[in-house]
Amino acid sequence: MAKKKFVVGCFNDEEVLFPAVKKVRTAGYKIHDVYTPFAVHGLDHAMGLRETSLHTAGFIYGITGTTTALSCISWIFTKDWPLNIGGKPHFALPAWIPITFELTVLFAAVGMVLTFCYISQLAPFVKKHHFHARATDDLFVMVIECTDTTNAEDLKAFLASNGAVETDIQVAEEGWWFGRYDKDEMRFENKQIVAA
Amino acid sequence: MASIRLQFEIPGKLKTWSLGLIGVGLVALVFGMITKGFSSDEHEQVHFWGTLMYNTIFWTLVTNASMFFICVTTLAMGGWQQSFRRIPEAISTLVPIFGAITFAVLLYVVLTDKHHIYHWLDTAAVAKDPILTGKSGFLNAKFYIIWTTLTIGFWSFLGWRMRQLSNEADVEAMDHETGLKFIFRNTVRAALFTVWFALTVGSTVPWLWIMSIDAHWYSTMFSWYTFASSFVSGMSLIALWLIYLKNKGYMELTTQEHLHDVGKFMFAFSIFWTYLWFSQYMLIWYANIPEETVYFKHRVQGPYKGIFFLNLIINFLCPLLILMKRSAKRNYTLVTFMAVLIIFGHWIDFYQMVMGSLMKESVELGWLDFGILSFFVGMMIFFVARALASKPLIPKYHPFLKESVIHTV
Repeated sequence: MAKKKFVVGCFNDEEVLFPAVKKVRTAGYKIHDVYTPFAVHGLDHAMGLRETSLHTAGFIYGITGTTTALSCISWIFTKDWPLNIGGKPHFALPAWIPITFELTVLFAAVGMVLTFCYISQLAPFVKKHHFHARATDDLFVMVIECTDTTNAEDLKAFLASNGAVETDIQVAEEGWWFGRYDKDEMRFENKQIVAA
Repeated sequence: MASIRLQFEIPGKLKTWSLGLIGVGLVALVFGMITKGFSSDEHEQVHFWGTLMYNTIFWTLVTNASMFFICVTTLAMGGWQQSFRRIPEAISTLVPIFGAITFAVLLYVVLTDKHHIYHWLDTAAVAKDPILTGKSGFLNAKFYIIWTTLTIGFWSFLGWRMRQLSNEADVEAMDHETGLKFIFRNTVRAALFTVWFALTVGSTVPWLWIMSIDAHWYSTMFSWYTFASSFVSGMSLIALWLIYLKNKGYMELTTQEHLHDVGKFMFAFSIFWTYLWFSQYMLIWYANIPEETVYFKHRVQGPYKGIFFLNLIINFLCPLLILMKRSAKRNYTLVTFMAVLIIFGHWIDFYQMVMGSLMKESVELGWLDFGILSFFVGMMIFFVARALASKPLIPKYHPFLKESVIHTV
């Protein structure tokens, strides 16, 4: 797992956050992510995130469910084990629609949850680095990834001048990380203890 | 608001088109009345009056669905619809006009004892028939006329009250107190309309007007199914006018975001319609009781087979597959196409609801149906354009207008 260096800026208000996000982007910095206490309308737009493909995946899972249900039931009731139910034809399509519908929903729902976990890199035993504990409470936390050309101190000052109430530099694992740093690194070495 | 055009000027072309359509419709109407409506042949009579019935009922319900849309969004404290709320308001001004036509047609059918349309009008047959005797408290001419009068009267009156209140948003800016009172009065009037709507379209009226054609058959779902049909067509009609006005350069505050939400209504209620359609169909198919399957027998296996399944393709498969994508609901061309398709599809749905029971032997979808349709489309265009021109297009002092302006999906 690769460790990366981040500059973290904390904001008290979304009205300060929005212009800051825009300025950071126009200045050419690479925003890793913005952590907010609640869903902020339009933030994805301001950050320049592309539209998610999750719904396309959902559609594919859905039609997989539909075909699974229809092919399964029709094979069972017409080829494998035909039963006479109330004198209905073996190929009794209307009776299968509710089950087909349920299976479509089940496949789409479970598939989308698992896909969402995968693209968010969430799974059992995977650890996530918290850039700031108060991001789940009342603080808007913008995390900027440092590249070779980034001057972290300049960036900190830049964030502070754009309304950040708190800035710091953190080195953290990102991605699929199972809670252990590389051997030559001490755990939590760079992590600052935050007074909530 | 200097750059916003509040006053709609009716384009000459629109007027010509609407008058042309009305003209074509009137020719069809008069010709049909002479050759069919007052002919001595029962079959021709039923054809003519049945055609008038499903067209009048369809267009009354569709225009009334606009007022229902305003009322439910008001009750839900919705803000997003304010920038284009004058469109559904204008459409709903047709309720008294189409309602009066419907009333006249239904009154004629009931008062002249057309028992080939409503079997329960035949008192001698009802007396011998235990099922119809049991229903006679509901299915009798007196109740039919009283309930129809009340229904159309209150739709028109409560809708008019709602529109009157909306005029206050044009007068002057409201302070906080006045705004709160205005919203509260809106809520009360919207609630009154919605309750009456539920008692009529949501339950009794489709049973009375349409379902009772098959006097022995009944389905408690029928009203909801009819409501879903009319509501999804109503939303499509709103979308069409919205796009038309956008094209003419009006409705500056209404954007793709609003169209997206209207598109969602079209999509969602198409699915809702299918849900009700299927729920009604499957239970009857599964139970397979003769007195219930009588409704579907000639529709699924008889001459109406084509229309019956076309209905399902237009009203379910097309909206499902075409309107599902976000980009489709934000695309003016696609929404226009789908709106026209959906309105046509539900018109066909009403056709098979009424004519499928009246003329079981053959499908005679022809000049009369499209002629009467053109009459109603022409009337709709003419009167909606007039109603739009009579008021500012945007209720500029409505307390929720800002919410509509900044609306994003």
